[in-house]
Amino acid sequence: MSDNLPLSVRNIRKSFGTHEVLKGISLDAQQGDVISLLGASGSGKSTFLRCINLLEIANEGEIWVDGEQVRWHHKGGRTRVESQKQVDRIRSELGMVFQSFNLWSHMTILENVIEGPVHVLKRPRAECVAEAEALLEKVGIVEKRHAYPAHLSGGQQQRVAIARALAMKPKVMLFDEPTSALDPELVGEVLRVMRALAEEGMTMLVVTHEMSFARNVSNRVIFMKEGLVDSQGAPESMFGDGASPAFRQFIGHFGH
Amino acid sequence: MDFEFLASTFVTLLKSLPTTLALFAFSVTLGGSLAILIVWMRVSGNPILGGFAKAYIFVFRGSPLLIQMFLVFYGLAQFSLIRQSFLWSYLREPFDCAVLSLALCTAGYSAEIFRGGIRAVSVKEIEAARAIGMSGFLLVRRIIAPIAFRHALPAYSTEVVLMMKSTALASLVTVWDVTGVAQRLISQTYRTMEVFLCAAAIYLFLNFVLLQAFALLEFYLSRHRRAPALNSASKLA
Repeated sequence: MSDNLPLSVRNIRKSFGTHEVLKGISLDAQQGDVISLLGASGSGKSTFLRCINLLEIANEGEIWVDGEQVRWHHKGGRTRVESQKQVDRIRSELGMVFQSFNLWSHMTILENVIEGPVHVLKRPRAECVAEAEALLEKVGIVEKRHAYPAHLSGGQQQRVAIARALAMKPKVMLFDEPTSALDPELVGEVLRVMRALAEEGMTMLVVTHEMSFARNVSNRVIFMKEGLVDSQGAPESMFGDGASPAFRQFIGHFGH
Repeated sequence: MDFEFLASTFVTLLKSLPTTLALFAFSVTLGGSLAILIVWMRVSGNPILGGFAKAYIFVFRGSPLLIQMFLVFYGLAQFSLIRQSFLWSYLREPFDCAVLSLALCTAGYSAEIFRGGIRAVSVKEIEAARAIGMSGFLLVRRIIAPIAFRHALPAYSTEVVLMMKSTALASLVTVWDVTGVAQRLISQTYRTMEVFLCAAAIYLFLNFVLLQAFALLEFYLSRHRRAPALNSASKLA
């Protein structure tokens, strides 16, 4: 059923202790979809993203990446993945961008970007360096390739983190509040890079509080509330007449 | 000042320098390797391995090194099982016994130092590595170990300096290292002050070289924490 879709998620449930954070969430992403996940803090959107790239293992549900299902089984209320190898491969096919960048502090910018291709994908180093430099050029930071993360601004670090994720040639890019840790004047440079990616046809799933991005760049908006999808649709309808009362109230906080 | 006596003492003591250096090199290498094994057990999450590692660290940090050395050198020989085993060809040698007890002891301390380094690795950096598909040994080799080693380096350099000094204890199990030879000289000449001053100067020099080497290594490995040369220059301007 999930053939050819870059990402398909069925009925994901996740609890931490007795607290159920995700209460059954499904999502299909077509090639080139840019999906914005909105919701108040605590609505489960970050947990949902972390469940998709298996940093958290869901208690129930199915995840398909490019037609391949993640194999796991449930036993005594716990979920166990069947193959760490498969988990590693699926993760390498999903590019993850974190709120606080999470660059490796002891490596230069270039080393950060080639780390995955060279050591996970085992590709020739020279080839990876050439590709990495092209990616850094694309995110506008190639002149800093021999600097260390601590020497860069937050916006620059986040652009490196995007290049690092892209270097794995992912099928889908996942963004976990990529601009929330940035000073307001640095948000724009990261959003521009994300917008360019979207225009190239990258499939993207973006947890964000940037309403302008959700409205103008994404082609689908999903609004989560208390671990469930409250409403979803095209941005024109979500931000227009089609908004649910809860979403209307939510975007009211952002001055819309 | 009897410079002639000092000079001849130096020459005699320096002849035993290879023994001291060998004690140091073997015990630090062996102890460091053992420490990696112990710390791996300690953080493995397995209760049996973890319990063993905890007990090991407690015993070897909690009891005097000199007593451990006596137990290895004088104690093990009492067991006929050991005297008859292939181990006996090593354990009857004072040098081997000294290396063994020095290594066992430093392994306990170093394991705790390495564990501190591992705990200081940011969870976020580990998560980023998992997210690109790293796990298991690759994750340890590429991300956790290099970062942990940088955190552990200052404390570990202190441990290595302590080891250099602890080799002096080997003289008490009849190893003719710098300290052992110094004591022999004193029993022949009764000139305690001069001989021990010479011995102390040799240890000081060794540790000076060692500390410089560690400082250099630390400087090289902490480039990522320093401001780039260009920036600091522009700040001054």
